[in-house]
Amino acid sequence: MPVTEEFSPKIVAFCCNWCSYAGADLAGSSRLSYPAEVKIIRVPCSCRVNPMFLLRAFQKGADGVILCGCHPGDCHYSTGNYYARRRMTLLFSMLSYLGIEKERTRVEWVSAAEGARFAGVMNDFVKTVRALGPCRRLEDVRCRE
Amino acid sequence: MQRIGVFVCHCGSNIAATVDVEKVVQAARGVPGVVCAQDYRYMCSQAGQDLIRCAIREEKLTGVVVCSCSPRMHEATFRRAAEQEGLNPYLVEIANIREQCSWIHKDRDQATAKAIVLMRAAVEKVRRDQPLTAGKSGVVKRALVIGGGIAGLSTALDVAGAGFEVDIVEKEPSIGGKMAQLDKTFPTLDCSACILTPKMVEASQNENIHLYTYSEVEEVSGFVGNFTVTIRKKARFVDETRCTGCGVCMEKCPSKKAKNEFNCGLNTRSAIYIPFAQAIPNVPVIDTENCIKMKTGKCGICQKNCAAGAIDYTQKDERITREYGAIVAATGFQPIGLQAFGEYGYDRYPDVITSLELERLMNAAGPTGGELRCPSDGRKPKEIVFVQCVGSRGQSCRDKSYCSKICCMYTAKHAMLIRDHWPEMNVHVMYIDVRTPGKNFDEFYRRAAEEYGVDYIKGQVGKVYEQDGRLKVQASDLLDDRQLLLNADLVVLAAAIEPSPTARKLATMLTASMDTNDFFTEAHPKLRPVESPTAGIFLSGVCQGPKDIPETVAQAGAAAAKVIGLLSKKELTANACTAQPDEGRCNGCGECEKVCPYGAISYEEKEMRVPGKTEKRRVARINTALCQGCGACTVACPSGVMDLLGFSNRQILSEVDAICR
Repeated sequence: MPVTEEFSPKIVAFCCNWCSYAGADLAGSSRLSYPAEVKIIRVPCSCRVNPMFLLRAFQKGADGVILCGCHPGDCHYSTGNYYARRRMTLLFSMLSYLGIEKERTRVEWVSAAEGARFAGVMNDFVKTVRALGPCRRLEDVRCRE
Repeated sequence: MQRIGVFVCHCGSNIAATVDVEKVVQAARGVPGVVCAQDYRYMCSQAGQDLIRCAIREEKLTGVVVCSCSPRMHEATFRRAAEQEGLNPYLVEIANIREQCSWIHKDRDQATAKAIVLMRAAVEKVRRDQPLTAGKSGVVKRALVIGGGIAGLSTALDVAGAGFEVDIVEKEPSIGGKMAQLDKTFPTLDCSACILTPKMVEASQNENIHLYTYSEVEEVSGFVGNFTVTIRKKARFVDETRCTGCGVCMEKCPSKKAKNEFNCGLNTRSAIYIPFAQAIPNVPVIDTENCIKMKTGKCGICQKNCAAGAIDYTQKDERITREYGAIVAATGFQPIGLQAFGEYGYDRYPDVITSLELERLMNAAGPTGGELRCPSDGRKPKEIVFVQCVGSRGQSCRDKSYCSKICCMYTAKHAMLIRDHWPEMNVHVMYIDVRTPGKNFDEFYRRAAEEYGVDYIKGQVGKVYEQDGRLKVQASDLLDDRQLLLNADLVVLAAAIEPSPTARKLATMLTASMDTNDFFTEAHPKLRPVESPTAGIFLSGVCQGPKDIPETVAQAGAAAAKVIGLLSKKELTANACTAQPDEGRCNGCGECEKVCPYGAISYEEKEMRVPGKTEKRRVARINTALCQGCGACTVACPSGVMDLLGFSNRQILSEVDAICR
């Protein structure tokens, strides 16, 4: 365990099966490290991610949520990432209205060949969220164990 | 009552070295609903699979979680094992604790804690899994090959040989590709045309192969086994059915100043032309930019002289739509442009040429009839300097980071041929490394250096410049640690190769992924090298990565085998994870249909029972044969009644909960 008592954020990463999840696998097989705080949920496409999933994550005490999909134009299902981008733009502006710093949410495009980019994005995201500290704005205390 | 089994793989030491497998097993035993948890050294081995099957049988498991490598690796393996034991395969979930845990984290406690969280999330997911049955879809017994070079031709011939129909789409007026431009091929020095043209003829005469030359793919829709493709056949302005290929039109054409692309611009051609003598089809095409009739409306000499009456200035592009079961990308490569490499003076000095231009200069059918001459004044060169790795293996933004793979060998070939034909010429090769892996390759290179006296110098070229009417090559000899100044009559640059610029657009149409260099990505770099991650799309030749002719042909054959395997199937298992509306709550608003990229959603009037009465209501209906399971509709639905089987709202939410616990 690290000696210093550093804040360890809870990070949920939604990754599309075709690009970003494969990019995460490539980061793994290339042994490119990123913080263990990042936990990945596999979804078929970034457009499968309902804004409600992000709200639920914040409610349950997540400190940051990132959505990764294929680069624009490269979506396995042709158009899914465009929907995801629009939906998230709306959600993020609402979240910021609710007082959730916009740095706690992010949409990133990572292709199956970009293992290094995946690790880089995650390192950067965790660093940013860590600096912001815990996010308790939307947390439902009844969910706390 | 759920009975879930958790199986944790050590993957030798790949997982066990970083993750405390025992602790994960202990933690699993404490999760409600988990009735058995075991670990094993290699879960994917036969013994490991037997262990899972035995537990399914004896513990009457209703769900299985395997904590192992990526589901992209072994999900299918474990699902098959479960199916053999009578458990629905979709009741198996994978927790990825190798690629996304043990391989990227160093701290054992942290990695173990993360593995436990991932295991818990998978258990929560599997708890909410429901048995799924995949639908079946048919296979159109016809393949499309995009690209008519040696890769595409080889694939098409192999597929056609197995009795399936194949269409080849080639953007140039003739099939043949880059190989048609080559003079000799390494390491046997056999004549490129002599081995390629019979293949071209074979393809054109094969009754199972149909050629669409001077054509491009414009639109692709559908999915594996059932693609619909629109091909645009560009107007040739020559009627293929009438033309006899006599060539009179080309002789008579008064506009003869067009750049001859086939000869890399080293000479000119007429505005109505066939790219090369052995072109297939042997039907000319009018280049509208240089045709006087097209530009001014006055001329028409070719039409007047065409005995067959084949010239048609009003011909329009034609669009053809066909169905295919499989698509092969064989889009090939091109040498990079050298505008950014000013130090070599390629744009300034006509005697600085690329290797492909040298191929044309040494070819008996080339602009000099096979006599090696300097392009500037036609004199015989005495000193020839080859420069290797121009744009390959570099770090700067103008360079390609990869090795173009073929340059070392073709330069050895060029050097050897020059020394063989014209022993009075001196040949120097500036190289970074000479890379010659391949059958008889190193022997070939050593022959060039030792028997033919080619002067190999390890070092880089700083500058090529002109002094007193002669080219000078300033370079450093790294082995002797000294500066060199070489005189040169001809400088030959081994320009890096890059994927065809058409590949990017095609990849988007095929929804096939590409790497950062625009080469197509394979489904697995080692185990599935000729398949794209998108089912039904296969890769042949350099569009997947640099390779020489033997490798291209081998890969083309492998791609053909995969295509034949696919087309031979009676039916395909469709995607089981399809969208599913809760009809009772659907009001048929139509939002889901708008976002569906496959047209899989329609609406039907259905009698619904509501308290006290029966009413007719419009509800969404999913065509499960078309649904690919992207999930776009699930989020678009304003009532939240659309869900995705296998990735349901409840499942994803429970994963979120488990992770945030």
